[in-house]
Amino acid sequence: MSADSPIAEIGETPLVPAHVTAAFVSDEVSRVTEQKAPVGWWMVFGVALMFLGVLLVSVGYLVWNGIGSWGNNSPAAWAWDITNFVWWIGIGHAGTLISAVLFLFRQKWRTSVNRFAEAMTIFAVICALLYPTIHVGRIWFLYWALPIPNQMGMWPNFKSPLLWDVFAVSTYFTVSLLFWFVGLIPDFATLRDRAKNVVRKKVYGALALGWRGSNRHWRHYERAYLILAALSTPLVLSVHSVVSFDFATSVMPGWHTTIFPPYFVAGAVFSGFAMVSTLMIICRQVYGLKDIMTMKHLELMNKIMLVTGSLVGYAYSMEFFIAWYSGNEYERYVFINRATGPYAWAYWTMVTCNVVSPQLFWWKRLRTSIPVMFAVSILINIGMWFERFVIIVTTLHRDYLPSSWGMFHPTLVDIGCYTGSLGLFFTLFSLFIRWLPMIAMFEVKAALPGAQPSHHAAHDEHAEPAHGALAVKEA
Amino acid sequence: MSEQATSKRPVVYLAEYDSPDAIIHAAEGVRDAGYEKWDVHSPYPVHGMDAAMGLPDSGLGWIVLLCGLTGVTAAVVMIQWMNGIDYPLVIGGKPPDAIPSMVPIMFELTVLLSAFGAVFGMLGLNALPRHHHPVFYSDRFEAFSHDKFFISIEVEDKKFDKEKTKQLLESLHSTHVELVEEEVA
Repeated sequence: MSADSPIAEIGETPLVPAHVTAAFVSDEVSRVTEQKAPVGWWMVFGVALMFLGVLLVSVGYLVWNGIGSWGNNSPAAWAWDITNFVWWIGIGHAGTLISAVLFLFRQKWRTSVNRFAEAMTIFAVICALLYPTIHVGRIWFLYWALPIPNQMGMWPNFKSPLLWDVFAVSTYFTVSLLFWFVGLIPDFATLRDRAKNVVRKKVYGALALGWRGSNRHWRHYERAYLILAALSTPLVLSVHSVVSFDFATSVMPGWHTTIFPPYFVAGAVFSGFAMVSTLMIICRQVYGLKDIMTMKHLELMNKIMLVTGSLVGYAYSMEFFIAWYSGNEYERYVFINRATGPYAWAYWTMVTCNVVSPQLFWWKRLRTSIPVMFAVSILINIGMWFERFVIIVTTLHRDYLPSSWGMFHPTLVDIGCYTGSLGLFFTLFSLFIRWLPMIAMFEVKAALPGAQPSHHAAHDEHAEPAHGALAVKEA
Repeated sequence: MSEQATSKRPVVYLAEYDSPDAIIHAAEGVRDAGYEKWDVHSPYPVHGMDAAMGLPDSGLGWIVLLCGLTGVTAAVVMIQWMNGIDYPLVIGGKPPDAIPSMVPIMFELTVLLSAFGAVFGMLGLNALPRHHHPVFYSDRFEAFSHDKFFISIEVEDKKFDKEKTKQLLESLHSTHVELVEEEVA
């Protein structure tokens, strides 16, 4: 048996039902972009557009009036803005994990999920990039962060983790976009070849770059895909590590810890999988793609959430242990304040959502129940937002000098900038669902049972007569 | 339209196949017959097809390596010159040209330029975008992106012969063989 077929002895079953053929995959997936959008799509798109409007108004107001229209203050100089930035970047990480890391580990089940997750990455990173941009206040001076000559004759400070962030996040965005586009080329060709009207043929044709499925091309294409996966894997680990350096290289109690890079990466994967799961459950329900995005896919993702959720829970407890073990008074206070201070409600919301709720997935009946996994995925999204809020605000609002302690209270503009970013995300995502193949058709086709030549059978076929002839001679 | 002297000229033979097993055996046959300007078209990459076609390994890795080295060099030169030489700044008590704080950006630029190398190198090696190709003249060819497999043998091939090539493709169990022609003014 080839390495691609499921191993029945250990309970593996085919990923998709038997009636799923290559033709079925093209028809089912392309259908979504070819037919009129269902009512569910218009509802999501309409609500998303409304919130996009909220974002435009809030950001316009903020840029006009300045950062003071947020609730940020001294000591809480960072608050929702950076919380939202870290939250969105984290969500993006699952896309890269699914497309690159699971690719390197030859996890064939990723093929039904990866296009979807990569799109989510790109839109999440767009939302994330918004916050540092508007947080600089005078956004027309944003170019000072770039290594280009300016009128002051000064260069950016390359020792600053904030500048590392500029490079890390923009590299991440660019590489994710390239990876996504490369994956789309053969599927654009499918849409081009199915197109009935001239506009579709021209647009998808232009995007397909004249792809003709040539094996001489697949040879370089597959190598490029492998290299991009190999590049994206350390990249995705580096991005959230660099984001965590923004905190870890400071001297603030609760931030200045070596656990931050792995802890942030685990949290990012955790929240990203939760978001992929939320979106997938909605889409397979609205579009009836249950044969391609099967319960098995959802269950595997729930298992990953269980693992990363437990890792995050371990990190929370380890932070407390190290705070006590360090003997550092300020460090200890920050953690006591997190769990019992004025933001204790946020801390315990975070623990309930992130550590307790995924533990439900130990039970097979719960991790294969759509309502349970949908509820848990939403709880995780909420919990991970609170995690970043707790890290940022509880450290800042009471640091060293009690005389400079304070509180953070969000304003209407804060709320608009956050909810509005959800509008931006869902607007982009709805457009993606409507016009692009949301499942990587060629990858699913390549992983179907019987899609690859049965080499052993082929060789046996050639070998058999030879052996037969030999046997006859010997006889 | 006008009855001007448009004549047709054969450009490529297209042979159609239904299954990955059939196409890989056929590819081995065409390879063994000694053709050079020919190709296999499939809806997805078929394992073992490179060997069946007798293609060497992709050289893309070398392009990416070169780009990656350019990226890391660019990062070192840029940071050293900007923060170490042109406008030295002592920050956090570290020397202006401190190396450890350069590492994240060295890594990011290596990845960025390598990714450019992988994508644009791949497109360059494949001579894409190319929206115009004789195989697209065939009405049946668009099934390649659905679930069919094709072998194309170009007229330019030294071994191309209108009859013999057709016989070869038919003997390799093709379900349909078509001579694709292009119009010449």
